[in-house]
This record gives sequence, C-alpha cells and structure tokens, in this order.
Amino acid sequence: MSTPATAAKKKVPFDYSGYLRAGKLPHIWCPGCGHGIVLKSLLRAIDVSGFTKDQLCMVSGIGCSSRTPGYVDFKTLHTLHGRAFSYATGVKLANPELKVIVASGDGDALAIGGNHFIHTCRRNIDMTILVYTNYIYGMTGGQYSPTTPQGAMATTSRYGNIEPVFDTCELAKASGATFVARGTSYHCQELEKILLAAIKHKGTSVVEIIDQCPTYYGRQNKLRSATEMMEIFEKNGTVSVKQADRLPPEKVEGKLLRGILYQVERPEYCEEYDKLIEKVRGQ
Amino acid sequence: MVEPAKALADIRIDENLCKGCSICADFCPTNVLEMRGSVVAVKDLEACTKCQLCDLRCPDFAIQVY
Repeated sequence: MSTPATAAKKKVPFDYSGYLRAGKLPHIWCPGCGHGIVLKSLLRAIDVSGFTKDQLCMVSGIGCSSRTPGYVDFKTLHTLHGRAFSYATGVKLANPELKVIVASGDGDALAIGGNHFIHTCRRNIDMTILVYTNYIYGMTGGQYSPTTPQGAMATTSRYGNIEPVFDTCELAKASGATFVARGTSYHCQELEKILLAAIKHKGTSVVEIIDQCPTYYGRQNKLRSATEMMEIFEKNGTVSVKQADRLPPEKVEGKLLRGILYQVERPEYCEEYDKLIEKVRGQ
Repeated sequence: MVEPAKALADIRIDENLCKGCSICADFCPTNVLEMRGSVVAVKDLEACTKCQLCDLRCPDFAIQVY
C-alpha cells in the first residue's frame, strides 16, 4: 500500500487489490449502481485508518448492499435479512478487539431490521453502520422502502407511494447513536473522510449514504441514467452542513444535509459490560 | 514554437470490468472519455489533467489513471 503522502505527490492511483478477495470481480451490482463507489471509498478510508485486515469484521444482512462483505478480504459474515446488527453485536461482545462494520440497505436497516437498528444505536456499542439509501428494494425486484419519496413509483406502488419517509439520520440520533453522518456516492472524496471519522469514532456510528439504483428506481421513475440520478439526488439534492449556514434559506430548503451531523461521547457498551463483570466478580 | 513535452496520462481501462454506465465519461471535467458501444474509451488524451475523478467514481474498478 502506498502512503497517502506519496500518492498525493506522484498521483499514483489507489491499489484496491490488497483489500479485495482475488477473482471476485466483476461484482454483481448493475451498471451505474453506486454501491461500488461506496465500497471504494470505504477501502480508501480503511487504508488511512490504519486497521489491518485481520482487525476488521464486516457483517451484512440481505440485499444488494449486503453483498459488500463478499468482496472484501476481512473477517466477514453474511446473515439474515435485517438481523445484521444483532449478529454484529454478538461478534463485538465476543471479540471486543475487532472493529465491526455493518453494511446495510435502507430496507434492510429501517424496515425489516428497524427494531435491531434502533436498539443497536441505543446501546452505543462500538460499531460502524453504513446505511446505503437508494430509495428502493433492489434485489427483490423494486418494491418501495421506508425511504422511497412520496409520489415515487415502485413495483408495489404503481400509482405513486403515499407513505411518508424515514429520515435515517434523525432516527439514528433519536435512538441514541453517538455519531451520525450523511454522505453520497457522488461526493466520494468527502464520503471517504466521513467514513474515516466514523471508523475512528468510539461508539455506534451511523453513516447514511445516498446512492442510486438506476435499474429499479431509475427505470420506474423515468430517470434515464445513473448520471441523471446522481445529479438530481446527490449533487443537487444535498447541501454540505458546512455551507448550509452561509447559504440563503431558499437554496437549503428541501435538501438533505451532508457531512457529520451529530457527534457526542457516551459510555460504550462493551466497556460498561466489562465494568459490570469486574463489579460482580469483586463481590 | 514547440511546447515542452507534457507527460501524457496513462489511462488504463479494463474492458472486462467496465459495464458501460458512463459515470466516468459524464462527470469528466475535461471530456477526455467517451462511450464506444458498451465500454468507455479515451477520446482526447491530451486534455486529461490526471484528476482521478473517473477512477474515484467508477463503481466497477475498471479505470485507473497513471
């Protein structure tokens, strides 16, 4: 691996092969899917973070985004739909020295695994949760998810979706996560920095990543290409939290904030558990 | 007048990995790339500033700029 300093000087492209399982490419994601961009940003962030491959464990449930651990050369676990957080909690409690990263989609994390998601955030167990938000269930055929915008078409909402949406970041914050951020696959360099901060954070860190599903969401909503989706939802649909204060209100209205939205320190679950063991054994 | 030779970028495209999503070509700031059939190809190598945005935004690990 080249160090960041030499990479910046000589402009040598980042070598991903050290972190990927050999012979797994091309991946299964559709042409234009943003999940590959997120995976690359994650690998670059991990390279800077200093964690070795053996110190990392990646857990996922079911869905397009949950195929991510299949490509990375860490300790990996592919589990039940929505239950990745529960498995990850078990992994972390049994091996507190591991850095656990959960890859989950919007349907996996917020609908089917909604209960597991909020209680993982509440415990503040040291874990990084990536919620890939592409507004749809991709793998199962384009059904609407808790983040599908109102009025949008999906396989299960042929006349437009009438359900209000979840704000993933507000949900995570209200549930007790101590690091909440949002990034997009379009702003991939910014996403790399957000992911690095999330990995370094002690406690539950939730990063919502807006990306695109041109195959199901795009096709059903008359968005012709991945590029068009990235421009509408990611480039023009979000505004950096650093710029939001300086911009006139009409330029911020209706847009999602991007960047680190919330970060606090709170006792971490594994440490509290160790203290409890010490206390009980001392009696 | 002859300009000093500028080191041209070496754009390596893996045609086995490229799925033709055209993200790299559409977001290239200097329009270096274009789509030829279902894969991306270099149109104007001299315009390349080696900014690496095509590499960073390629979802398929298919393009690298040296």
